[in-house]
Amino acid sequence: MTTAPESPRLALKAPPLSRLHEWVVTVDHKKLGLMYITSGLLFFIIGGLEATMMRWQLAWSDMGVVMPDEFNRLFTMHGTTMVFLVGMPILLGSANYLVPLMIGTRDLAFPRLNAFGFWLFLFGGLLLYFSYFGGQGLYGMGSAPDVGWFAYAPLTERTFSRGHSTDYWILGLLVSGFGSIATGINLVATILCMRCKGMSLMKMPIFVWIMLIDAILVVIAMPPLAASQVMLLFDRSLGAHFFDVQGGGSAVLWQNLFWFFGHPEVYILILPAFAFVSEIIPVFCRKVLFGYPLMVAATVAIGFISLGVWVHHMFAVGLSPAVNTAFMASTMLIAVPTGIKMFNWVATMYGGKIRLHTPMLFSLGFLVQFLFGGLTGIMLAVVPFDWQVSDSYFVVGHFHYVLFGGLVFTIFAAIYYWFPKVSGKMLSERIGKWHFWTLFIGFNLTFAPMHVSGMLGMPRRIYTYHADRGWEIWNLISSIGVLFQIIGVLFFAWNLLRSLKKGKPAGDDPWDAWTLEWSTPSPPPAWNFDVDPEVRSRRPLWDKKHPEDPDWKYE
Amino acid sequence: MRRAFVASGWMMSLLAATASGAAPVCAPGTAEMPSMFLPRSEPAEIILDITWLIIGICAVIFIVMEGLIVWAIIRYRKKRSESEGGEPPQVYGSNPVELAWTVIPLLIVFVLFLVSARGIFEIDKQEPPPGSLEVTVVGHRWWWEFDYGDLGFVTANELHIPLTKDGEPQSVYLMLESADVIHSFWVPQLAGKMDVVPGRINHLWLQPSRAGKYIGQCAEYCGNQHANMLITVYVHTEEEFARWVENQQKEAVEDAAVAEGRDLFMSTACINCHTIRGTVADGTFAPDLTHLMSRSVLGAGAAANTPDRLREWVWDPQNIKPGCDMPSMKLSREETDRICDYLETLK
Amino acid sequence: MSTIDTNAALPELAPVHNLPKGKLGVSLLILSEIFFFGTLIAVYLFYIGKDLSGPYPQDVLDPPFAAPTWAPMAVSFNSIFLLTSSIWIWLAVKALEQGAMARFTLFWALTIAFGGVFLAGTGFEWYGLIAEDGLWLNTNLFGSCFFTLVGFHAAHVTIGLLLMTIVLVLTLCGYNHQRHAGKVDLLSWYWHFVDGVWIFVFTVVYIIGYYG
Repeated sequence: MTTAPESPRLALKAPPLSRLHEWVVTVDHKKLGLMYITSGLLFFIIGGLEATMMRWQLAWSDMGVVMPDEFNRLFTMHGTTMVFLVGMPILLGSANYLVPLMIGTRDLAFPRLNAFGFWLFLFGGLLLYFSYFGGQGLYGMGSAPDVGWFAYAPLTERTFSRGHSTDYWILGLLVSGFGSIATGINLVATILCMRCKGMSLMKMPIFVWIMLIDAILVVIAMPPLAASQVMLLFDRSLGAHFFDVQGGGSAVLWQNLFWFFGHPEVYILILPAFAFVSEIIPVFCRKVLFGYPLMVAATVAIGFISLGVWVHHMFAVGLSPAVNTAFMASTMLIAVPTGIKMFNWVATMYGGKIRLHTPMLFSLGFLVQFLFGGLTGIMLAVVPFDWQVSDSYFVVGHFHYVLFGGLVFTIFAAIYYWFPKVSGKMLSERIGKWHFWTLFIGFNLTFAPMHVSGMLGMPRRIYTYHADRGWEIWNLISSIGVLFQIIGVLFFAWNLLRSLKKGKPAGDDPWDAWTLEWSTPSPPPAWNFDVDPEVRSRRPLWDKKHPEDPDWKYE
Repeated sequence: MRRAFVASGWMMSLLAATASGAAPVCAPGTAEMPSMFLPRSEPAEIILDITWLIIGICAVIFIVMEGLIVWAIIRYRKKRSESEGGEPPQVYGSNPVELAWTVIPLLIVFVLFLVSARGIFEIDKQEPPPGSLEVTVVGHRWWWEFDYGDLGFVTANELHIPLTKDGEPQSVYLMLESADVIHSFWVPQLAGKMDVVPGRINHLWLQPSRAGKYIGQCAEYCGNQHANMLITVYVHTEEEFARWVENQQKEAVEDAAVAEGRDLFMSTACINCHTIRGTVADGTFAPDLTHLMSRSVLGAGAAANTPDRLREWVWDPQNIKPGCDMPSMKLSREETDRICDYLETLK
Repeated sequence: MSTIDTNAALPELAPVHNLPKGKLGVSLLILSEIFFFGTLIAVYLFYIGKDLSGPYPQDVLDPPFAAPTWAPMAVSFNSIFLLTSSIWIWLAVKALEQGAMARFTLFWALTIAFGGVFLAGTGFEWYGLIAEDGLWLNTNLFGSCFFTLVGFHAAHVTIGLLLMTIVLVLTLCGYNHQRHAGKVDLLSWYWHFVDGVWIFVFTVVYIIGYYG
């Protein structure tokens, strides 16, 4: 076993200011990846606290915890934060950290562009949050955006949204969006230009394949959002009429433009979840991923189809039956490749030797919950049903099952899985299991009842409801679930801080895994690999550990 | 078939209602909970049928898949007794199996598609069915305007429609317009929602199947008081509806006993926004008050229309519905009482 | 041990077709730009003929196929300059690849000059529209769409001109050599993209928007 080099320990001894300086000026993919993920997790805490306030307000009918305008800011900032400042940085950060290690190279294709992308993201996020102090609201008070995360026109026009809060929303996302595009380009270039010897496209780890498709989607989907936001900005500051209904502009146009970005964005967020579990499940089942070529094909298919389903967010807009029917078909079609992935993961488990360590627990949580979210997604594709539950709590429940039950659970799985590589220390399995079970229970308590309250007529984004509606019990259960989730996240934070100080040493390859990152020390040296790796199969370390039965014989 | 679906839906909602301690279903004068499982109109019934079908299909898939996952976990969990060494057989894939789980979901999805496509064309009527009652619905921040067009009056926040016309089911065709931002008209028991988009005229078809009071609300976020943009729909018998229409068509009641309050009303800014037919008040920015007392709520459902709440409302609406467009008129308590005395005569 | 046997039988490494990262990076940048301009163009097309009030395109734009079109500084005239500049930059890069520095400098300067003429033409056009016809972003939908689309294109031209000027200055100072041809070539890709987009913008704004 190779021991970690001395340099990290030396770095710890440097004075704080020069250590800070080192992080600020770094162009190293691992440091930038960690900064992405850390800022994502901090924004996750902020977004979570916003959600907690909302659940408190909605726990019972006619509550007065927050004023209506404050509530509207809370859900706007919660949604915007979770999508753009939590999901995006964590996916870009993990790709940043892992892709070069998995394809056996030194860094991303454009290291300085990488740093640029990160700082754009971070300052975009901070600009958005500065609105709490700088956004001119009533009486000169600070005012965060309150137009919802998809900012439907004409509510965002100057007539209805005075002050500057909406401008902060536009500019914050515009700046961080440019950062995402830069990093997306960087990741595609890295994957297509920097693979080590022997790693043809079909010998890449599935993680890298999925991140490739994901990064391409980022490059394609973010510019239309930027263009739309620029138009909205011109409306607000120069008096243009793009979304100004009084001036002949169209309110539905914004929805088309936003969701043309917005739906691929949903897949941009969920694809990394697929990437994480596609690496983790095989390792903890001790089996090769079932049906790798079909998994790749399914990923490509999802990428393509996701560009053609956006109107399913607009079934209740009053478009023609023909348009609705066509987009219902494309939306249902995307269920097929997603289903294939689901089946292949289960087939990977079949006949394996399953070790229920924390990363696997979270991955199983993902399977169970994402299945539910996927099925409610198919239900929502059914236009007549969507007419009832669109914009209701059913939808809120659905996308939290996908993005929280799916993405966030796999983010935790990924952190438990790769933390030993990143820090050289193991996270505590005992606390990890407490973390999983409290979060699992809390998550389901919170979001399962939302499907019911939605079907019972509760629209989303209402700051209160009257007692005669019969929604209290479902909302109360939802709010109680939040307490469990908070406890879960506290376990996680404790585990993280405790293990950084006194976690068990991890060694190079604590999980007996198969991809290249486990062949280098933990934490990896700045140069990643002492010798340029060569691979002959998708699981180079399997070949090394099982020379009598290597993968390349079967691929 | 449909009846069975409807019945089981009713049971499920009853379950929900009981569990949540809501008002008893169908007690006179009170509304049922706005559940899509209690359809009281043709389109809502069609949707519920489709809903049961997809819930059924999805439930089967869910149970089978979760069963497989749990079974795999239990069956293939590494036993403590097993030694560390020895990997299980590596299976790289299987073309026939993978083909199977590509094709079978395709077939399921295809069936779902056919059923739903039929539903879309059945519900989404591009033209009003013959003999429809046509009502123009205008969404405002944050209240609803109902313009009965041919019948010659405008009212607010409470939609009244007849169950039948000459004994035949009465079809109702709503034309949805917006005065400002996007809203969405949603009364789950009567139909799915339809967005109310400025610059467009959308349509919604209802065909009520049972008299009663149904509640719903705006379902597209429209700003500060989105939560208090409630809708009440009364489905009347033919005779009741005729009586209601007759009353609505009358001009406002003139009662000499409240002349002082009326004069005060007519001399303040109230008349810039509100209409009271038969008087000088002809504003159109706010609800028509000609027959205010025929309505059960104030502020689009923010409060019940009781004498006390009415006084609170006129004194300062911002206490009840913070952020709404009606300001406090800075009246004295005395003036508020006079005006409310007048308003209370507007039956 | 069988290990030794299998090691002896290790298969050849699979061929890895890694792409040149500079070219791929610029191609991806152009891809994202295509989606950016695509959005603006789609919006322009959507709003053609939906103005509530004038001035309309037929009132104020240079007619694309009538007599005054070919007057200096008219848009069709300018477009020829922009499109021709693509040829100059292609010749310039060829020259640099061959190490013919004088020829490179000449063609490179021509590219900048032609691009500059185009930009000046846009400036004249805008001056006329704003000062004489009273058309601006806030006038009507046409104004909003026109200045946004044409403005973003002009901004890209400006960025291109700045970058090319930097290269020109470096060349004149003797810092640009044959070995930099690859990087200079990447800049020419960007310039070709800016030209290519103009063909679409011209078609949409001056032909479809004018006659449609």
